[in-house]
Amino acid sequence: MLTAGIDIGSITAKAAIVEDGKILGTKVIFTGYNAEAAGKSVYEDVLRENALYKSAIKKIVSTGYGRNSVKFADKTFTEIMCHAAGAYHLDKKVRSIIDIGGQDSKAIILDGDGKVKNFVMNDKCAAGTGRFLEVMARALEVDLDEFGAISLKSKKPSKISSLCTVFAESEVISLIAKGEKRQDIIAGIHESIAARVASMSARLGLSEPVMITGGVARNSGVVKALEKKLSMKIEVSPYAQVNGAIGAAFLAASL
Amino acid sequence: MKKAISEFFKMVLILLAGKFKKFTMRFKKTKTMKDYMMVYYSQAKSARLTGKKVAWITSGGPVEPLIAMDVIPVYPENHGAMIGASKMGGHLCELAENMGYSADLCSYARSDISCATINGGPIGGLPRPDMLVCCNNICGTVLKWYEIQARYFNVPLFILDTPFCHTEYTEEMGRYVRAQFDEYIVFLEKACGRKFDFDKLKEVGHLSHQGQLLWQAVLDTATHKPSPMSAFDAFYHLALIVTLRGTQDVLDYYTWLAGYMKDRIARGIGAVPNEKYRLLWDNIPIWHRTRWLSEKFASHNACLVADTYTTAWCGALKYIDENNFIDSAAEAHARIYLNIGVDQMAKMVIEMIDKYDVDGFVLHSNRSCKPYSFGQLDIQKIVERERGIPCLMLEADMTDERSFSESQISTRIDAYMEIIKERKNKK
Ligand code: SF4
Repeated sequence: MLTAGIDIGSITAKAAIVEDGKILGTKVIFTGYNAEAAGKSVYEDVLRENALYKSAIKKIVSTGYGRNSVKFADKTFTEIMCHAAGAYHLDKKVRSIIDIGGQDSKAIILDGDGKVKNFVMNDKCAAGTGRFLEVMARALEVDLDEFGAISLKSKKPSKISSLCTVFAESEVISLIAKGEKRQDIIAGIHESIAARVASMSARLGLSEPVMITGGVARNSGVVKALEKKLSMKIEVSPYAQVNGAIGAAFLAASL
Repeated sequence: MKKAISEFFKMVLILLAGKFKKFTMRFKKTKTMKDYMMVYYSQAKSARLTGKKVAWITSGGPVEPLIAMDVIPVYPENHGAMIGASKMGGHLCELAENMGYSADLCSYARSDISCATINGGPIGGLPRPDMLVCCNNICGTVLKWYEIQARYFNVPLFILDTPFCHTEYTEEMGRYVRAQFDEYIVFLEKACGRKFDFDKLKEVGHLSHQGQLLWQAVLDTATHKPSPMSAFDAFYHLALIVTLRGTQDVLDYYTWLAGYMKDRIARGIGAVPNEKYRLLWDNIPIWHRTRWLSEKFASHNACLVADTYTTAWCGALKYIDENNFIDSAAEAHARIYLNIGVDQMAKMVIEMIDKYDVDGFVLHSNRSCKPYSFGQLDIQKIVERERGIPCLMLEADMTDERSFSESQISTRIDAYMEIIKERKNKK
């Protein structure tokens, strides 16, 4: 049976198609200001790219902040449920998930059956989210995709002490003025985001194995900093950014 | 005089226009509640005309001696709740911030301080006080807040200092607080210019005790499944035990209300039509969002059956000796929910979890109220350990609607209810 999952996030809209436990295809586009339109087009794109007709899809689940604007979905689930389902499907042993998205970050604890036991979210503040990295990339004039690789060269990460994105940005600018190395500043930024996410996760008490999902998971620097901070190994989801959409598609299969 | 009269009529008009009715009531409209509150605020507002004195008092303060002296007590915190429910908190808080007060200050304090300068808010401001009575059993904020208002209105301030009861209530504490009640009486005699009426206090003390017992009886009806009332109803009906404690009105109203709830039980009517999940609420309501939250939870067939907040108005009952009001009042005021250690708070929460047989615990981490919110994470952990029920923390502010994000809170509640449903279905 073919099912689809659509995840409308604050920055990107994601879609996934699965068939009998296998991922057929995924698609990511920018959400823009119209979540409803984004839902429609990301779904149409993923169908077209996989040469599928709408009629082939039996069930659709939507998730993410824009989940209720996907009018053609059969059911909505929160991204907590969907990330859990996505990660559990990829690795049944996973017990904790750290998800760092564009506008929020969360930690989720699973039980042995992949069901959500508990979760925490940071959605009040940009620090500890992808938005924080975007602001810093702008200040440093570095492409965000290079952040991970550059930071791994650092031997002595800079100290970024501000908890607030706006203050941290001015701190970074003064570090640039002081002539600190770019790789050190970027590594420092990663440590600061890791510290935020780690202390949020500590409220839950993570158990291993831990998987990281969300767009920021593609940044190897953040993952490394988090592993250090948590003293745990972290498995990076191969579908980091579309994990929520994949989970939604799997949940659709069990409707 | 002319101004006072026109102000009085203005307020009556506002109240009649229904501005005061902000809470969800799924059952018969309780006209009486509105009537009581209208009469109460009208009397307080027209005190100058009737020659009565007005005292502003903190919610946890000993009000009975004021009533015994025929002084009208007015509660800035109750006013704060009305400001919040009318969604006027954000604006008034902003005004206070413009005056130089920190945005981290409790939003009741911020809105009261700014409201006093412009006679704003839903009822055109509180009546001018003749005296202020501040008891720090709820927090330290009230000390500075009342000092500011005492300076602003240039009126006497009485402070009742209750030591924090980390683990126990000692004899020294008892003597210390009890001695201040004598000072309180002297203060009142001076402020009112006449001898204190101890016989009247006995009567008021008795009424106050009876009122609290009845309030407890009302809340107890929520142990029934389905619950005839929700915490949102309790938030609404609470106003009388807060403002008119120690008067016959409270007894009349809550006798009716308890009967009304029992009738609903007999007829099998629940506050949430299809109650499947029962939850416990912690902290002050998010006044500007009570309706939205109530509907949100109801859409998941979840009823917030009880809460730690409204329970506080009968929580110290076990310490009260109605025949020896003044001696027992010292202990009853020192040992209230916000003035005890986290372990004891958690114990009370667990008792409520068992009593109301709830499936989950929802904690409002209230940016304003530090004493209420500070130990919540520990309480949550204790609850998870002892009872294993899912807990949800919501970050908001009781009055300042600028600290509320609907889509974020909505996602958290939806995700939380997904967990609760799955747990319950598994059982
Ligand atoms: S800090 Fe809390 S207890 Fe103190 S006045 Fe504000 S709301 Fe009331």
